[in-house]
Amino acid sequence: MDLHDYAAATESTNIVTIQSRYGLYIDGEFCEPASKKYFDTINPATEDVLSQIADANENDVDRAVKAASRAFPAWASLPGSERAKYLYRIARILQERAREFAVLETMNNGKPIRETRDFDIPISVAHFFYHAGWADKLEYAGYGSHPQPLGVVGQIIPWNFPMMMLAWKIAPALACGNTVVLKPAETTPLSALLFADVLEQAGLPPGVVNIITGAGSTGSALVEHPDVAKIAFTGSTNVGKSIMQSLAGTAKRLTLELGGKGANIIFDDAPIDQAIEGIVNGIYFNQGHVCCAGSRLLVQENIVDEVLIRLQTRMSTLRIGNPLDKNTDIGAINSRAQLTRIQELVNAGVSEGAEIWKCTSELPIKGFWFAPSYFTNVTDAHRIVREEIFGPVLTIQTFRTPKEAVEKANNTPYGLSAGIWSEKTSKIHFMATHLKAGVVWANTFNKFDPASPFGGYRESGFGREGGRTGLGAYLKEVAS
Amino acid sequence: MITGFDVAEVTRSDESLRKFLDSLPNIDKVGLEARAATLASRSIKTTSKQAFIDLAIRMIDLTTLEGMDTPEKIHTLCAKAMHPDPFDLAVPSVAAVCVYPDLVSLAKTHLRDSPVQVASVATAFPSGRSSLAIKLSDTKLAVEHGADEIDMVIDRGAFLAGHYYSILEEIVEVKGACGPAHLKVILETGELQTYDNIKKASWIAMLAGADFIKTSTGKVNPAATLPVVLEMLYAVRDWYRFTGEVIGMKPAGGIRSSKDALKLLVLVNETLGTAWLDPNRFRIGASTLLNDLLMQRHKLLNGNYSSSRYVTID
Amino acid sequence: MNERIDVKKTLKLYINGAFVRSESGRSYEVKTSTGEFYANAALGSRKDVRDAVKAARDAQESWQQLTAYNRGQILYRLAELCETRRHQLETELSEIEGLSPANAKREIDTAIDRLVWYAGWADKISSVYGGHNQVAAPFFNFSVIEPTGVIGIVSESSSSFLSLISQVAPAITTGNTAVVIASQLNPVSAITFAEIAATSDVPAGVVNIVTGDYHELASWIAEHLDVDGIDLTGIREPEITKKLSQLASVNVKRVLSHHIGNTNYANEPSRMKFWTETKTVWHPIGS
Repeated sequence: MDLHDYAAATESTNIVTIQSRYGLYIDGEFCEPASKKYFDTINPATEDVLSQIADANENDVDRAVKAASRAFPAWASLPGSERAKYLYRIARILQERAREFAVLETMNNGKPIRETRDFDIPISVAHFFYHAGWADKLEYAGYGSHPQPLGVVGQIIPWNFPMMMLAWKIAPALACGNTVVLKPAETTPLSALLFADVLEQAGLPPGVVNIITGAGSTGSALVEHPDVAKIAFTGSTNVGKSIMQSLAGTAKRLTLELGGKGANIIFDDAPIDQAIEGIVNGIYFNQGHVCCAGSRLLVQENIVDEVLIRLQTRMSTLRIGNPLDKNTDIGAINSRAQLTRIQELVNAGVSEGAEIWKCTSELPIKGFWFAPSYFTNVTDAHRIVREEIFGPVLTIQTFRTPKEAVEKANNTPYGLSAGIWSEKTSKIHFMATHLKAGVVWANTFNKFDPASPFGGYRESGFGREGGRTGLGAYLKEVAS
Repeated sequence: MITGFDVAEVTRSDESLRKFLDSLPNIDKVGLEARAATLASRSIKTTSKQAFIDLAIRMIDLTTLEGMDTPEKIHTLCAKAMHPDPFDLAVPSVAAVCVYPDLVSLAKTHLRDSPVQVASVATAFPSGRSSLAIKLSDTKLAVEHGADEIDMVIDRGAFLAGHYYSILEEIVEVKGACGPAHLKVILETGELQTYDNIKKASWIAMLAGADFIKTSTGKVNPAATLPVVLEMLYAVRDWYRFTGEVIGMKPAGGIRSSKDALKLLVLVNETLGTAWLDPNRFRIGASTLLNDLLMQRHKLLNGNYSSSRYVTID
Repeated sequence: MNERIDVKKTLKLYINGAFVRSESGRSYEVKTSTGEFYANAALGSRKDVRDAVKAARDAQESWQQLTAYNRGQILYRLAELCETRRHQLETELSEIEGLSPANAKREIDTAIDRLVWYAGWADKISSVYGGHNQVAAPFFNFSVIEPTGVIGIVSESSSSFLSLISQVAPAITTGNTAVVIASQLNPVSAITFAEIAATSDVPAGVVNIVTGDYHELASWIAEHLDVDGIDLTGIREPEITKKLSQLASVNVKRVLSHHIGNTNYANEPSRMKFWTETKTVWHPIGS
């Protein structure tokens, strides 16, 4: 046998029970949508239909918001120590059911089971655990001595990390005493719907968390609902801007976590083998469906040839295919629409004269796939360098001095993330000081933690998630 | 960062060696360990597992390095090396036995003309604390008694004192004393303290003409941890890229379970490629590992779990 | 004997550390609260706003990179100079804006004290609102507080000097630079503030003051892609606020308005925090 190709090590899907159709989770129970409409949700790695999902319309959104409004006074006035216990319970139940969530997430999202198992689900658990501890300590969080919840918060999350985004949104909102209407992404609703079962097991009071499924129009209805006190949105910059416009002139609070075009900067004194891993992890993690991806590689000119050789060697070991195989590194693109967008931008790159290098792995016939790729011979003027591709596509440019690296890195309307690779700490701090990015990873990339604030500068959005800072999105300071 | 070098130039003087070692990229501990942990999470199943278990058996340097080693133990070791499972001759023989110099001729007698090699530790193993003359005569003793391979230790005291050139010179001398025998250079990574030191020591050994670089004596903990193995594989990979020469790698110490061995093979596979999945290029220094591999092999073939009662103890 | 004719001051814009007339050549009459002619102020234009934004952008990075201690000292210096010119400020407030002398005095007291209050924040905000984050992995992880960038400010008409200080100080303390559309009705104390800024140690471009009609000018700021945030708390017309907020979405500006959040002018840090970004840095720990 070819020793390089490991035999299939496929995670069993027996642990997961997917219903043939799901209603909306409102006021502590699943109900039919007023719209009577359902849409298919699929496995992007196989295009198999997994289930039918309710398409919530304005009336459904209104029901959910009303349920959350009714639940709000009691939830907000519950002592923080008691709210904390619910969050701890949720964290524990998620831990107990971690494998089930990991498998389901992989099936509905297309990302490798290795990542859902080792990253998405554990960090979701950690978010609930972390925020549970805040619920009875909010007066020490730096938002005045009597910080108050906002009310009903509408939360709209993307498809790239469905469960983790849910946790990032729901955990701080509940800890701070708000009630929630959450809309998962159209293509990845299943883990959020399974989460409703966790809430049942935890005994969370009805209406504290409501989960409504649908597409953009459902999200718009939630944004525009008059009884929503705050919208938290993670997704594309364009949708973020339209939400800003909808909320303009209203009293609704808003936090936005939008797109990015992060620079990953490699100096000639980098720990090179770890830097190569950091490049791969920066852009090919989660098929590049990462808002903070290190999608622009900036390499010091004198080592670019060496970096390219090492990067190609490393990329040729990436295992692409069945996301349920425990050895898969790169899974499926989440949707046909996203695949089309990636292809369009890559074609634009090629036609603008950039040179593409692709992993040569054979891709599955069914499902949505894109081989990890990188572009050289690109400039700041290329579309692929400026626009977020949100796929496994890297652009590679060079620089000569730290100052030039800073200028190139900051030459973007975004400001979410950046990476620095060097063994010289003073240089790292110089770079970190001058980079306009909400998260700067030095000698690492794509690291996340509930204690670590995350969010962007500029068109990458405003507000932070995680840490003490993140609580600010769900609290108001009230003078005592 | 290095993008090529000339061995003669690098090894010309203390200064040139030092300059070269300083030009090697540093190792970031957290990143190295994270990469090793990710590779360790590979799931090797069914046919791959079977192939890897047999391969691991073929890569073993079946080792006994105890003061209380007896002629009988050496006899058993050699028998087991040739036929690890006396009831299943399909089980391949191991690569070598590894013993102290005074037991080489005995091992040689038992192994006769089998392909199993005899490796001997030498150079005031395990501490390396003696004069060069004694280290050389130790080496010659083993070679004269028929050792096919010499596992030498570097002088860690000298290394930590920064006497890199003297380490290089010593390895060159020992290599000369080996004659036709292959030289494995033991870094004793557990005593070198940092990954950057291990990287430097790996390069000194390769520059000095080592055929293999080896992690540990087995007498010091920690020994062949996955990150250490990974970074030494990186060194071997870079050496090959810049010189075209193949250098082997041998982790030793603390490798006891099949799972440990499979993780090592995954590291090799994904760092150096399938060409290095070969006993001429990768060895595993171990004693009890073989029994666990045999028991796992039994499980794969027969479906039920085995017991240590069904494998020989030595 | 002839009575001496006093020398009147030309009210100019303050852009990039210089006092300039509007490029449009326009001016408008500034009247006292009793309706008497006081002076002609420059009626700022789109291009004046553009110049002011450019000055603010060019000054921003170096203002941010000054040590926080230094910025704090410069804010304190502003307070010192306000104190030395308090008679002028009080007179302007009472004679032009019609405040009683007691109220004018109280306004100036409060404004100066507020500058001093903010001056002390410059080198403390990152300690109070940033800090070490205890992540569950071998990384040193810390958050620092940085300025958002260039902030557009539409100043209030009422209590013009105090609100100007209350809007500008929280922005510049942390390293932002500001483009201010001064009160159209009461621009004089803003011009006086510009003179104070010009003679203090505030670098050129950190504070830029354009007088004129925000109905004409604010949209240019709201839409400007080189402006990172806009303070609309000086505007009391909901429809205008809404329209400007919508325009501000063009580059995801941070928008502060009466609709959102705590927008009072008291000595408390929420306004200052509003014009900041949290930057979080990860670094491995390993030997």
